[in-house]
Amino acid sequence: MTETSRLSIRHGRLIDPANGIDGHLDLHLAEGRVLAVGTAPAGFQPDQVLDARGQVVCPGLIDLCARLREPGEEHKGNIASETAAAAAAGITSLCCPPDTWPVIDTPAVAQLITRTAEQAGWARVIPAGALTQGLAGEQLSEMFALRQAGCAVMSQADRPILNTLVLRRALEYAATFGLTVFLRSEDPQLRAQGCAHEGRVATRLGLPGIPEAAETVALARDLALAEQTGARVHLRGISCARALEMLADAHCRGLAVTADVSAHQLILTEDDLEGFNSQCHLYPPLRTLTDRDALRDAVRAGLINAVCSDHQPHEADAKLAPFPSTAPGMAALETLLPLMLRLVAQGVLDLPAAIARLTSAPAAILGLPLGNLASGQMADVCVFDPEAQWRIGPETWRSQGHNTPFRGDLLIGRVTWTLLGGRIVHALRSPS
Amino acid sequence: MSNLQLDAQGQLRHCLTLEGLPRALLLRILDQSEGFLGVARQAVKKVPLCRGKTVANLFFETSTRTRTTFELAAKRLSADVLTLNIAASSTTKGETLLDTLRNLEAMHVDMFVVRHAESGAAHFIAQHAAPGVSVINAGDGRHAHPTQGLLDMFTIRRHKGDFAPLRVAIVGDILHSRVARSQLAALKTLGVAEVRLVAPRTLLPADPESLGARVCHDLREGVRDVDVVIMLRLQRERMRGALLPSEHEYFQLFGLTEERLATAKPDAIVMHPGPINRGVEMDSQVADGPRSVILEQVSNGIAVRMAVMALCLGTQNQGAAVTAHD
Repeated sequence: MTETSRLSIRHGRLIDPANGIDGHLDLHLAEGRVLAVGTAPAGFQPDQVLDARGQVVCPGLIDLCARLREPGEEHKGNIASETAAAAAAGITSLCCPPDTWPVIDTPAVAQLITRTAEQAGWARVIPAGALTQGLAGEQLSEMFALRQAGCAVMSQADRPILNTLVLRRALEYAATFGLTVFLRSEDPQLRAQGCAHEGRVATRLGLPGIPEAAETVALARDLALAEQTGARVHLRGISCARALEMLADAHCRGLAVTADVSAHQLILTEDDLEGFNSQCHLYPPLRTLTDRDALRDAVRAGLINAVCSDHQPHEADAKLAPFPSTAPGMAALETLLPLMLRLVAQGVLDLPAAIARLTSAPAAILGLPLGNLASGQMADVCVFDPEAQWRIGPETWRSQGHNTPFRGDLLIGRVTWTLLGGRIVHALRSPS
Repeated sequence: MSNLQLDAQGQLRHCLTLEGLPRALLLRILDQSEGFLGVARQAVKKVPLCRGKTVANLFFETSTRTRTTFELAAKRLSADVLTLNIAASSTTKGETLLDTLRNLEAMHVDMFVVRHAESGAAHFIAQHAAPGVSVINAGDGRHAHPTQGLLDMFTIRRHKGDFAPLRVAIVGDILHSRVARSQLAALKTLGVAEVRLVAPRTLLPADPESLGARVCHDLREGVRDVDVVIMLRLQRERMRGALLPSEHEYFQLFGLTEERLATAKPDAIVMHPGPINRGVEMDSQVADGPRSVILEQVSNGIAVRMAVMALCLGTQNQGAAVTAHD
């Protein structure tokens, strides 16, 4: 990590969706904040200059869902290892769900995480506080205290609240303090022991299925309660086309719910499970091509506001078992940007829109003054080469988790520099 | 999946699923099985084809019938047989499975016969098996039970000859049945005219038509004019899982009786992978009746498993010679 107080990033294509900027403009940083865009103020002498010729300069990426595994599952990853991976991926802020061990349901755990992240210094970590104590879905957590301890949002992680009345009360209580609640809509009984999308591929492979209705039934409940309580609800990990129709309908009725999708859900489908590929054992499950294309359309149209990594690093053994016994999830921080760039290359959305889904939109969902490069804003910056080709390997991969189905793929788009509060925390090239 | 099963010369290395196996290979297995049928009738029921080979039966899920037939098949091929009943809970971790595999490999086992409660388990073991070690899937979760599928095809061929004109009904718990999936794959590859799946919707998987079959919810309609009726075993725990209201109602609607069988072709045969729940899947009159070939399936199972083992262990050519001589 390089300490510097004044830095200029020159000759790059600056894309700052929050401020409607897309042009070849220099960026000047001082004292950890953005000083100016374009021409440097008179007398400004940078200590360092980054030559971003041929590169894209944008706000540091913000990931709404990344598991760091600390505390509790350090054999899979830890805050230092995973935030270092985030830095290498251009991610400067990330929100970690509360399903750590212990759960983030007390200020002490939230502070432990933020303090450890600060000490590591690779990325800003924003813990999501547990909506209910122990994520058990019975007793409300001390949401106000959790917010005081740095939890910008409340979440149930992937453990839905069974008791609908408890969910209603949780949303009402969160709304009292204007807290955003992250919900992953799923009916656990309909999911049962499922491990793959209930459809053609699971039928053929004999894998217990997770029906689309497991998501839509719960989503109907979550939307009804969002409407009833007026709580600010963010729907995490939408995975199917029918859920998008319900979301669009809710928007038509004026409901201000936001939503995200994992980047890999925009690339992979149920067909990638062929050969019982446990790297594609994911949660929510990979669904049909029709679902994937509907998700792409929704991201393009802005119905889905943000794209996240849903990073879930695992130790090697977690994926070495018969498919249903393997742990779901993939290590995904470092493929977040390349996968979005793949969508850009495929014409799904343009580059500024792709960057918006990774910066300004997640910042708005978190309600934090991040994800934009206006003067005075935090100097969190990602500089990437949109043409650089790379493959996942020991020298290119930082996460402790190596569980990714993209190993061996040619990935296009690589982060050259990441700056966190004006400090270079990742550098593929030396500054001049 | 077929790439994993076949070696560079297109020979069978592992037998994990019938899906994707070429028709010629299926027919070759059936042909070789014919040769092995005679072994059971010899005074000394053994051929020396796999002498010096070691076969380990890894049964992570309890099974008596399948385990016994595999054991017998290996012994009749003169292989050394090791049978391990490994209690498996749903929390069994991959490393345990791999550790088991590695330990047995260290004992220079040539073949693993694997039964496991989870789909893809045999595939997983095959992916991690040492070069030169073969894996036969003896049933994995809901996925596949290829030797059962093959023995069913063998039985059908012995009674019906050509597969092309046949209409086959598979009746019962398709959702949970690895046997049905293997039968379907084989029947499609062998080119039967029609396969029907007969079950209530709770016992059918999502998108059943994608398996290449016609779906019927009425047994009479399902077996009308068919040449083969394959009844599936109904696990009793299905009654408790809200999949069916009762055994009584299931039998009323989907149980095979002489009266319902009367709508099938007069020479239709009735099959069942066993063990039968009499009065649930079918009544005793049918199970023990003239059209039942259920016990024949069991005998055929040993011959078919011998053929598959011989093929996987690369001793099939000797096998042809020995059995021809016999």
